[in-house]
Amino acid sequence: MEAQALHDRLAVKFGERIAAFQADALQPWTVVAADAIAEAAAFAKADPALAFDNLMCLAAADYPKDTPPRMELVYHLFSYTHRHTHVLKVMLPREGALVPSVEGVWGVANWHEREAFDMFGIGFTGHSDLRRILLPDDWEGHPLRKDWVDPEFYNGMHVRPTQQMVERFMAGEKIGVGPFDFTPFNAHVDGE
Amino acid sequence: MNEITGPIQNRFSETSLVFTTVDNVVNWARKSSLWPMTFGLACCAIEMMATGASRYDWDRFGMIPRGTPRQSDLMIVAGTVTLKMATRVKRLFEQMPEPKYVISMGSCSNNGGPYWKHGYHVLKGVDEVVPVDVYVPGCPPRPEALLYGVMKLQERIQEDHVLRRRAASMGSLAGASMAIEATK
Repeated sequence: MEAQALHDRLAVKFGERIAAFQADALQPWTVVAADAIAEAAAFAKADPALAFDNLMCLAAADYPKDTPPRMELVYHLFSYTHRHTHVLKVMLPREGALVPSVEGVWGVANWHEREAFDMFGIGFTGHSDLRRILLPDDWEGHPLRKDWVDPEFYNGMHVRPTQQMVERFMAGEKIGVGPFDFTPFNAHVDGE
Repeated sequence: MNEITGPIQNRFSETSLVFTTVDNVVNWARKSSLWPMTFGLACCAIEMMATGASRYDWDRFGMIPRGTPRQSDLMIVAGTVTLKMATRVKRLFEQMPEPKYVISMGSCSNNGGPYWKHGYHVLKGVDEVVPVDVYVPGCPPRPEALLYGVMKLQERIQEDHVLRRRAASMGSLAGASMAIEATK
């Protein structure tokens, strides 16, 4: 099924709770109201014409400079039955975002939603086990938010390089600071 | 029984004495059987495994990977040390018996590498949690580089003093703990 037809099928079912459709994109997407996403997901999976039996990816993005500032959840769906794909998006406020979990529809969403929570602080209602998945349990903050600032310390370990480290690594110790750079910067002199 | 021939055999075929120092013998034994702890953190571990496999074969140095820190002499920190892992690395190091040595393998482990500026989750150098004896640069270092690092460590071990207080730079934690003992 074409993207327009996929969108129409959802729009007929959910009416005003389907907010927008963007067809002019590499992966056309439909915007779903936040409180409708779990129902829309269940419908997209159960409906024989859509039959989205696979959640390929659940991602989040932060757009603080948009008006109004927002976060996005992006659901990439795939149907093994019909071999078609579609994208659902949910627009959220940047603070205190809360979305119904789609874990009950696609089990794989469990870890994906935990990751979105870990990195962006988005809450999922109805999630069976919403805790951090990658970062340590005692970590504070959500580092993929655009307003993230590295803390000075985590458990007594420096998070940002100190001036002492900079001087040590730039001023003669040939340890390298990244891929393919085995010499300190001040050694790159013409003619050497 | 065949007669033993050759310059060395001729020299030692009779009952004889060999003079050396305790340092020499013990250090020679230590450096010839460095048992590294089996663990890798990232892509450097792939090169470390290649170093242990047949083509480069660190068994030539008497290096046998051990499955537990309690039987290990050497910790090769091979890969990106995240802040979450750093506490575990420290604990594993503390579980190793003395004398113990650390090789920091690769740019990530040396100083955070590509995560130097934009790495909220990466430790900027494993030497912040464990004392490092040898740094091996590279991203990742080739097996030759790691073997060179091991040989550098062997040179340092050969210079160690067994029955004297260790210099602060050698296995520095060990030196520190012994210094505390001495002041009591």
